[in-house]
Amino acid sequence: MSHPSKAAEFLKDQAKSHWHDETLWFVRDKRDKISKSIPEWENLRTIASGLKDYVLNNLDTLLLDFEANAKKNGIHVHWAVNAEEHNQIVHSILEKHDCKAIVKSKSILTEECHLNPYLEKRGVEVVDTDLGERIVQFLQQPPSHIVLPAIHLKKGDISEIFHEKLKTEKGNEDPTYLTHAARLHLREKFLKAKVAITGVNFGVAETGEFVVCTNEGNADMGVHLADVHIACMGIEKIIPRRKDLGVFLRLLARSATGQPITNYNSHFRSPEPGKEIHIVLLDNGRTRQLAREKFKNSLKCIRCGACMNTCPIYRRSGGYSYGSTVPGPIGSILSPGIDVKKYSTLPFASTLCGSCSDVCPVKINIHEQLYEWRQEITKANPDMAKGMSMKMASGIFTSPLAYKISGSLMRKSLKALPKSIIYNPLNVWGKERDLPNPPKESFKEWYKKNRP
Amino acid sequence: MSSKDQIIQAIQKVKSDNKTLPEIPEFRVPEDLLATFILSIEGNKGQVISKEDFQSWMEEKGYSKILSNSERLEVSSSQILPSDPHELAELELAILDGQWAAAENGAIWLDDTQLKLRAIPFITEHLVITVPESNILGNMHQAYEKIGAQHSGFGVFIAGPSKTADIEQSLVIGAHGAKSLTVVII
Repeated sequence: MSHPSKAAEFLKDQAKSHWHDETLWFVRDKRDKISKSIPEWENLRTIASGLKDYVLNNLDTLLLDFEANAKKNGIHVHWAVNAEEHNQIVHSILEKHDCKAIVKSKSILTEECHLNPYLEKRGVEVVDTDLGERIVQFLQQPPSHIVLPAIHLKKGDISEIFHEKLKTEKGNEDPTYLTHAARLHLREKFLKAKVAITGVNFGVAETGEFVVCTNEGNADMGVHLADVHIACMGIEKIIPRRKDLGVFLRLLARSATGQPITNYNSHFRSPEPGKEIHIVLLDNGRTRQLAREKFKNSLKCIRCGACMNTCPIYRRSGGYSYGSTVPGPIGSILSPGIDVKKYSTLPFASTLCGSCSDVCPVKINIHEQLYEWRQEITKANPDMAKGMSMKMASGIFTSPLAYKISGSLMRKSLKALPKSIIYNPLNVWGKERDLPNPPKESFKEWYKKNRP
Repeated sequence: MSSKDQIIQAIQKVKSDNKTLPEIPEFRVPEDLLATFILSIEGNKGQVISKEDFQSWMEEKGYSKILSNSERLEVSSSQILPSDPHELAELELAILDGQWAAAENGAIWLDDTQLKLRAIPFITEHLVITVPESNILGNMHQAYEKIGAQHSGFGVFIAGPSKTADIEQSLVIGAHGAKSLTVVII
């Protein structure tokens, strides 16, 4: 299904989609305020972008350093070329420890690999422990946002599913009440799990350590109670030095939610005595993206979600309309790199306003890459993006007379036409849009009268 | 060919010109570090009290299951340090010493030396961390400069209590970890 048709689904519930739009804009606003409280903000973005340039150009040596240092610290390092191999590795570790139930904390990478269904098919109970992720897991949905997984849901939806799954009071929608019910439920899972899986925010080549950031503390609750910690990490998450964390931790939470830092920022360097840490380094198309000169910068992403919160399309169409693990502007340049056919409509789900690039903490030129993907996709499939309306417009624009007549006709007809013509199902443009009041005269007419 | 070799070779095939590693300059830090630190912690939904107020705070709260690793505050633990963190499931209050703190965001650094058992600050219902005023730094760059050479197996910046806003963006304190953070300035 294409992005426009899924966006239309989302927009059916107008009150909810309006709330979604406003709430994400509020988060964007918080990001603006806190970024302006640091005079060196733009400088930090430039440094972060430069650090990631260095990473992308030295990924081989940094990964090898990371592996060597991690091994020295007693961490087991695994390499996976694709999702299947990643899942096999994780499952084999679970089998070795005879583990039938795991706790997992927010990891987009395991979503990308479809780890949950893989393990569930093999008899392993997987419990997502981030509150938002647990909610969508109960509903058998994927996250709709990489930082705010349940942002598409209202508290009424959550109250309902908690009543069913956790036996909370019917109709009690109080967020504190619901959160504390989840706390009790998940604590039980934390205390029982022998293996905990986490994602990775940053891997430090210099020390072989990796960093996981959460506000809830769920990653730490999981791993410190379990005997085995499996950390799943995309190869692009490497940074050179420990001190570079200073730059990235200052940018990450401020960009993501407008807070100065996440409340828990854990640095794992070696296992606690008697325990094990495994790292799975995953490629899954990343080296392919690295080879695309125009698109390799997309690998700089630190998954803050700022581009989603600011995007006028994402805010109004919801995460599911993208149909990809990572939605929004960054997802629209990453996903075609994975499967250009499946995700061919995503680069068109943008106004190219450039707001995504403006807020990106590592200065990825997202809107330019969206434009580049459009070129690639249109080259590969010329029929795409050439609907009837575009053909008509090209006829009008090539003839000056036609342009002049159509302009004055339009100004008159906009007033006269019944709404049913503009908002009929054949006119895709008219969907969810309202027309402006037409001006009395064209710019050309106005200029003739007013020129000096 | 191993998966590792495949990945490394794929990267080497497309290696372009070497970029230089950017250096991180020194940035200006807030003048009043303590005041900024207190504001940051409060913004993160924690609270800051003085050493003098700590005793009355303890009396007011009346916690009974207490584990203290602090060398800065005199508190008698009701619970001995177990080897298995699961035994701390009912812990009400943990008291730990923080090493360094960043005023800009309230982040306090602790590692295995202070934690002794990594689960403690997360599994406890309430958390107290001590921070000497002289150990409050300006920003994260200064914090990493201080801890850069340390080789602890685990280290964490804690900046507030466990929190979430996953239900309609309503902030709720006490998601999985500590329901409160109280910082005692020494």
